[in-house]
Amino acid sequence: MDWQAFALTVKLASLTTAILICLAVPIAAWLALGRSRWRAVAEAITGLPLVLPPTVLGFYLLVLLGPQTGFGRALTGLIGHPLAFSFSGLVVGSVIYSFPFAVQPIVAGFSSIDGSLIDTARLLGASKIRLLHTILIPLAGRSLLTAAILSFLHTMGEFGVVLMLGGDIPGATRTLSLVLFNQVEGFDYAKANSTALILLIFCVALLVVVYARPKSLAAGGRNG
Amino acid sequence: MVELDLKAQRGSFHFEVACRFAAPWTVVFGPSGSGKSTLLRLIAGLEIPDAGRICILGQYVTDTEIGLKIPAGRRMTGMVAQLSALFPHLSVAANVAYGLAGRIDLGRQTKQQRIGAMLDLVGALHLADRSPTALSGGEAQRVALARALAPMPRLLLLDEPLSALDANARDQVLTDLQARLKAEDVQTILVTHDAADALATEAEVALLKEGRLIAIGPAEEVLAAERQRLLARLSNGGA
Repeated sequence: MDWQAFALTVKLASLTTAILICLAVPIAAWLALGRSRWRAVAEAITGLPLVLPPTVLGFYLLVLLGPQTGFGRALTGLIGHPLAFSFSGLVVGSVIYSFPFAVQPIVAGFSSIDGSLIDTARLLGASKIRLLHTILIPLAGRSLLTAAILSFLHTMGEFGVVLMLGGDIPGATRTLSLVLFNQVEGFDYAKANSTALILLIFCVALLVVVYARPKSLAAGGRNG
Repeated sequence: MVELDLKAQRGSFHFEVACRFAAPWTVVFGPSGSGKSTLLRLIAGLEIPDAGRICILGQYVTDTEIGLKIPAGRRMTGMVAQLSALFPHLSVAANVAYGLAGRIDLGRQTKQQRIGAMLDLVGALHLADRSPTALSGGEAQRVALARALAPMPRLLLLDEPLSALDANARDQVLTDLQARLKAEDVQTILVTHDAADALATEAEVALLKEGRLIAIGPAEEVLAAERQRLLARLSNGGA
């Protein structure tokens, strides 16, 4: 078992999940409750990583963040090193790659909240931020947990983006998925089995947490 | 006083009403689908008209010509709909307190007193610590009424808010409510599709039909035909 890769993978997944939840909550609120004509376009863009091959996404990020583009050069100048083939670059790639896994459950959670509760909060003077933290987030708690766990697990298991954007640098960008790939490529099936088992147990345990949670109160009580 | 001149298209339903509600207590009467709830939602700011303007107590809150739209929570307007819409994750007392959070001019003790007074007014003081999910429909409607009144609105919009209460309880709550609103100088617009409810009060009545205002005035004039119909039903043994 490559514990260095395990620790790096958990660190990557945790950081990615934290960033994703911070970004996804306001975006999901806008997608679920907003009236802008641009919502459909925004939804299509947020869902793109679901259908785009990870290698395609990884390739474009590699080009965008590398020295070939003005953006990549500006970013390198700003932070002092290129993002490609670094842990920071992996975090950026993971956030983009797992974005729909964070946004879509939260959009579904917010959309399922009874509209009369939202109208009432507005009538009682709630600002958008107060509406978010006193009504939307508490009532969509289960969806937020689902989003966090799906984002975490999706990042734990990502391969294509990691390989394209991070390379395979031990201690910096080598994740468990890359370790598993290397073990299989080296015909070390016993070690590959233990690596795969760790990922499998992680996924099952966290998904049990998602499904074991009680149902939300989002649709309102029986008082209507 | 509420003055409005509104046009709104909702699918095939066309809403066009221009009127002035000057009485302290106005009953908007009309059959289902006549646009009563739409009228209240437009006044409250929960919906935007396609064209028109609304003036509440001398202040324009909607004017489509100049793009004016005061948000729902800043119109000093409370609203209670048929569905009580209590926040299920907050206690009854926290529900009533919700609209007071922004009132920085009120101290904590004043807010607590206000919450208690409003729950007492609707006969729900004993429910303060309960969860809304443990309330009956009638209890939930009482709490929703207390919640709408707590932030001291200048205008109260009631969309059949006590429909889950039996007739005696409804009359009791309405009588207490009318006295309190009169004392606090709160103008009220009550929507109903029940002619008996409209005739039971001495309020000004606005008759709405298919999105148009048919008549406005004293109940006995505006609802003369409805009154005759109810009397005929009574004389026929309620058939």
